[in-house]
Amino acid sequence: MTPILGIDSFIETGKNQVGGKAFCLARIHDQGVDVPETFCIPCRVYESYIAETCLEDKIRLEMNRKPFKQMRWEEIWDISLRIRNLFLTTPIPHITRKTLAELLQRHFNERSVAIRSSAPGEDDESTSFAGLHASYLNVIGADEILKHVKLVWASLYSDAALLYRKELGLDIHTSKMAVVLQELIPSDRSGVFFGINPSDATESVLESVYGLNQGLVDGDIEPDRWILQRSSGKILSHIEPVRNHYTIPDKKGVAFAPLPQASRQKPPLNDQEVHQIWKMGNKVEALFNRPQDMEWTFYKDRFIMLQTRPITSSGFKEADDKRTWYLSLHRSYENLKGLYDKIETHLIPEMISQTKLMGQVHLQGLSNPQLHQEITKRQAIYDHWVKVYWADFIPFAHGIRLFGQIYNDAVKPQDPYEFMALLENTGLKSVQRNNRLEALADMIRNDTDLKDSLESVIIPDLDHPFKVLLDNFILEFGDLSCSTGYGNECQYGDTGIIRLLLEFAKSPPRKRQASGPDIQTLQDCFLKSFPEEKYAFALDVLHLGRESYRLRDDDNIHLGRIETRLVEAVQEGQSRLADPDANPDGLAMLAALPALSLVSDTIPVSVEPSVLEKASTLWLKARQVVGHPAGPGIASGTARLINTPQDLMDFKQGDVLICPGVDPNMTFVIPLAAAVVEERGGMLIHGAIIAREYGLPCITGATDIMRLIEPGDHVIVDGYLGIITCKTREL
Amino acid sequence: MNNKEKQAFDQIKTLLDSQSLGVLSTQKNDQPYASLVAFAATANLEQILFLTPNTTRKYDNLTNNAKVALLINNSLNQAADIYTAVAVTATGIAATVDGLEKQTLLELYLKKHPHLQVFSTAPSTALIRVTVDRYFMVSRFQNVIEVQVTS
Repeated sequence: MTPILGIDSFIETGKNQVGGKAFCLARIHDQGVDVPETFCIPCRVYESYIAETCLEDKIRLEMNRKPFKQMRWEEIWDISLRIRNLFLTTPIPHITRKTLAELLQRHFNERSVAIRSSAPGEDDESTSFAGLHASYLNVIGADEILKHVKLVWASLYSDAALLYRKELGLDIHTSKMAVVLQELIPSDRSGVFFGINPSDATESVLESVYGLNQGLVDGDIEPDRWILQRSSGKILSHIEPVRNHYTIPDKKGVAFAPLPQASRQKPPLNDQEVHQIWKMGNKVEALFNRPQDMEWTFYKDRFIMLQTRPITSSGFKEADDKRTWYLSLHRSYENLKGLYDKIETHLIPEMISQTKLMGQVHLQGLSNPQLHQEITKRQAIYDHWVKVYWADFIPFAHGIRLFGQIYNDAVKPQDPYEFMALLENTGLKSVQRNNRLEALADMIRNDTDLKDSLESVIIPDLDHPFKVLLDNFILEFGDLSCSTGYGNECQYGDTGIIRLLLEFAKSPPRKRQASGPDIQTLQDCFLKSFPEEKYAFALDVLHLGRESYRLRDDDNIHLGRIETRLVEAVQEGQSRLADPDANPDGLAMLAALPALSLVSDTIPVSVEPSVLEKASTLWLKARQVVGHPAGPGIASGTARLINTPQDLMDFKQGDVLICPGVDPNMTFVIPLAAAVVEERGGMLIHGAIIAREYGLPCITGATDIMRLIEPGDHVIVDGYLGIITCKTREL
Repeated sequence: MNNKEKQAFDQIKTLLDSQSLGVLSTQKNDQPYASLVAFAATANLEQILFLTPNTTRKYDNLTNNAKVALLINNSLNQAADIYTAVAVTATGIAATVDGLEKQTLLELYLKKHPHLQVFSTAPSTALIRVTVDRYFMVSRFQNVIEVQVTS
């Protein structure tokens, strides 16, 4: 049975083998609609590939490390990354590959090809996987086509597709994938047509750009947009963007190019063509009995349909949940570059400047109404930056993923996280902060008198070098005991930090150890995987990845400082409210502030172990807990469970840090830790990043670890396998 | 028993009820030995019972060293076992059951293994009770919890 089918045999072969996209194309082709020359690699080729190579079992193992329902979206990204790498590094068995290569050579020779996913169930009446699986344009030659076919197969396990299947309750283990291969049409103009406007059922929507569709679909190029009356095709409105770029085929893949001047002034479609597309939309809608989402193109004024799918009621556009936001985190390189400029040149300097301005206000000198105003202002500033954090900072963190994907595609390493070594040691703010702590600890190590007085809780005079350095530290990084992700508690002041510094001083400073192979070798290997003309792109992507890695941590430190300023003002208000001798003018106003009236509710109460439904030592004890390996190495130590800020201030050398999630504002204890364990999962989370910076074993996604381990338990953290072993009674 | 403990208890009980056979581990003179046995557990999971001829190596071993382990699992000899199978190891002290108690425990045992009725009545067949100290339950490849059933 041939592994590559021609379009005339799709319908006979059946949707279950050729998938939704191929099946729809065959049906419209059957009705005389012009489509590109189209072939399909049916699902059975995918199925035999994963069975013969045992990839099936490896995928299942990845998918079942923990119950899928318990996985956070960050963990799903990681699984997706690992599975993608399995596809990249698992060759197609020789005989199948030889047959496929011969057929590809015969059908396409050296012509450019578009490679598209076509999963059964994709694009049917109830489920649309639009944008969830991969497509690649302008791929040339059998070897490259087969490499991209594997990537399309792998996209069955893209994080977006996994999330979507999870939402819909579709069985991930029985999913399969066919691949559509089409001659690439060197489009003059292209676009998408929505038979029904998701926000108004009486309208249709048409979007068009010059060149290929990719820039429009990825959201990088703003299209011309027409709103049409659905019943008549009458143009209701036409929104013209600033047209300056278009997408063209590059040597490999696609690239953006400046749009010729003449085209900048002229919409890509005239009214007649708009009507022609609307009519085609009606024709296809009648065939499938549902409004369609069509991708089409014009080549030398010939209209060609690239793909069509029904618009489903469960489409993402209507989903009012966080999934839409998660999916928006997939940003293109161009988009991330723009975001980087915004963050680096505008947002962070603005955060620093606002923090500084707030720090200059002498809170004790303010009257009650002035303090009221100051707290309100700080609350608004903080709320604003929290919004910015979600809107810009978190999406930018995905530069790490983008770099990882490009690195893995280029280098095909056995370890899918090898790329992380190229991102480390980028001068994280949290590491700079920890170095400052080390400098303070060093003063204690070298000055016995200072050590003795600090141990007796005698704070040195204001002009003592240690006190000067300490005050500068607090001015820059805030009181560590109040910025721990637990909100608004700064009850320790100097004494909290001093206790911590005395602990630092007990041992020689820990040298940070970069993990993994030689960085220069890795970088050379990465660059050499690109043709010379792409070096600049490779270096740019590496730079973007590094900056994304650095800012992933730094932005939290900046946000933490703003939060500290808010907390300081709130605390000043609290102390006035608690003071019986306080000036009564405006006190009622202060008391009415939400930040003050709610403050006791926002501090998590230190929960006693018994209330947390702890496992009793007699009855149930975790012996091994499995999470995701996130930092290589093995270490053992006393379990320090972080439930309250005090747990951090009590941290001892050699403790194992165990917490629901590491906040960058908590990572000042990392130099003391033997290992890091987080309930939250994912390679991009702060615990994993900072642990890698210090070369510490780290495990993330250790579900329920806070309940299964007792404070003080002796634990072994295996960062290679992701296993936490708890020492229990001998047999 | 809190929810977590109850969940673990139920998971172990379900496994023990679903399986007929387990692998018994004994030792003598520093030489470990493994045997397949048809077992039954009491409802509170504190005791596991099995029958053995008193001429066997396992019987000889456990009368010399009463510390034993019993492995029970639901693997199906498939690749998926690695994440779907649950295995429980029970550790405890083995002893022959005699006297009045034997009748009650034998009834419980034969309820699960009625086909062993004739075997159980042979004069050379011993009913062995393992008083369980702890269960070790392994699920999803490497997750392990310990449950102690006797104080």
